Amino acid sequence: MSFIQEFLQGKLGQTEVQKVTCKKCGHEETAYDLQKNSYICSACHGHYRIGARDRVNLLFDKNSFHELFTGLKSVDFLHFPSYQQKLDKAMESTGEEDAVICGIATIAGIRFAAFVMEPKFIMASMGSVVGEKITRLFEYAAEHKLPVIGFTASGGARMQEGVISLMQMAKVSAAVKVHSNAGLLYVTVLTDPTTGGVTASFAMQGDIILAEPGALVGFAGRRVVEQTTKSKLPDNFQSAEFLMEHGFVDAIIPRNELRDTLAEILHIHKR
Amino acid sequence: MDSYEKLKTARQNGRPTGGAYVKEIFEFPLEFHGDRRFGEDLAIMAGIAYIGKRPVTFIAMEKGTDLQSRIARNFGCPKPEGYRKALRLMKQAEKFHRPVICFVDTLGAYCGADAEERGQGQAIAENIMEMLGLRTPVISVVIGEGGSGGALALASADRVLILENAVYSVISPEGCASILWKDSGRVADAADCLHITADDMKEFGVAEEIIPEDFEHFPKMCKNLKNALIRELDTLCALSEEELLEQRYNRFRKFGIFEEKDV
Repeated sequence: MSFIQEFLQGKLGQTEVQKVTCKKCGHEETAYDLQKNSYICSACHGHYRIGARDRVNLLFDKNSFHELFTGLKSVDFLHFPSYQQKLDKAMESTGEEDAVICGIATIAGIRFAAFVMEPKFIMASMGSVVGEKITRLFEYAAEHKLPVIGFTASGGARMQEGVISLMQMAKVSAAVKVHSNAGLLYVTVLTDPTTGGVTASFAMQGDIILAEPGALVGFAGRRVVEQTTKSKLPDNFQSAEFLMEHGFVDAIIPRNELRDTLAEILHIHKR
Repeated sequence: MDSYEKLKTARQNGRPTGGAYVKEIFEFPLEFHGDRRFGEDLAIMAGIAYIGKRPVTFIAMEKGTDLQSRIARNFGCPKPEGYRKALRLMKQAEKFHRPVICFVDTLGAYCGADAEERGQGQAIAENIMEMLGLRTPVISVVIGEGGSGGALALASADRVLILENAVYSVISPEGCASILWKDSGRVADAADCLHITADDMKEFGVAEEIIPEDFEHFPKMCKNLKNALIRELDTLCALSEEELLEQRYNRFRKFGIFEEKDV
């Protein structure tokens, strides 16, 4: 059924007929068309940043996602300036409890444990809740002998939680290690942007590391690197393509091919 | 002293650096170089030695002591090859069943384009994960600055000791101030907000013990630190590998402050 037919039959809401503009090339199209094309710009093939739920709906088998570890909420335990307001605002605008959702799902009928980070929630920075949920997921996956697929996006550790957020890097890494020692598969999909403490921990610990085209992935921020080295950096610095060129990514997979790629990886590692 | 004064003290020129502790605490330290992959990084000084009669592997961040050595040692900001050298020697320690002792003192991992090209994030990620699975005891001592992931890459340990005026932080207070108030000058406020002092670390359980400072009587101070290290090693070396790994897992598993409601 075409877009026009669906629209005339009242199957589409206002949001779907709204025009969206690609930030990379300025191309305009309807939200409907964009969604049909996996949120990839039909003109420049740039990948839009998408929310965690959109990603789940796009990639996992229909209705297969069973969410786990809900009910965890961040606490402003350091009384850090404006943290509580940021949390409240993020919860309201995203409808999520924090910056990651975890659960069990299938792709092509194969079960796996998944975590999907939500870039719109304080830049998906990692505090206690993010660390705890991902740790529980790896523990659950180790216990149930499931592979883990993780979609990373993050501004890094959540500084509003001080050194406790830094410790999340070690907490999650310890769980990844136990899962890995059990001979289980961990695939990371690096999405735009993956930086700081998340890059320096579980994003880079996958057995297989995939990335979306054009995703920004790095440890230090571009501005910090420019200030440190007092030099201008190439445009592609810290892009997925830059990482692949330097040997840190297994493959760059366009979003509309990601489901098939993950299906094959899951199938090859089926036990 | 408030947080900001502690931060300044932790960074002060003339404060003993990693190499001074290696020299004072260990017998017959023998330094090893290189990551066997790309190169050598003088920001990390590592090798083998005795502590008392027990063989150990030491891994110390070294900022340098004068301008020339500071430049050579990149002001103690390790590059990926430094972390990979550290990991190589930790794996060597595991093979030969000797404990690892790390000295942490860095503003943070080096933020250069070359470090990014060679996978700074990957190097740190690998160190953290491998340290958590290392089948030999690891003790880390924060002697000055524990700067973010670059510090954690040598501090994912069974025990963390911290000097009384040393600091440990998720982000440099300058970086925090610049993000929070767009004003990197508000370092003192940021240092306060971040809770970076040794007392804070003890309270959070990030460090087990605070080591008193007395740089006027450095050998005496190091004797005290050495005794603390030997005491911890005696405890850790008596554990089976399984007990050791389980305790290390639980040490990090407990970190996290959040609310949980029944669903």
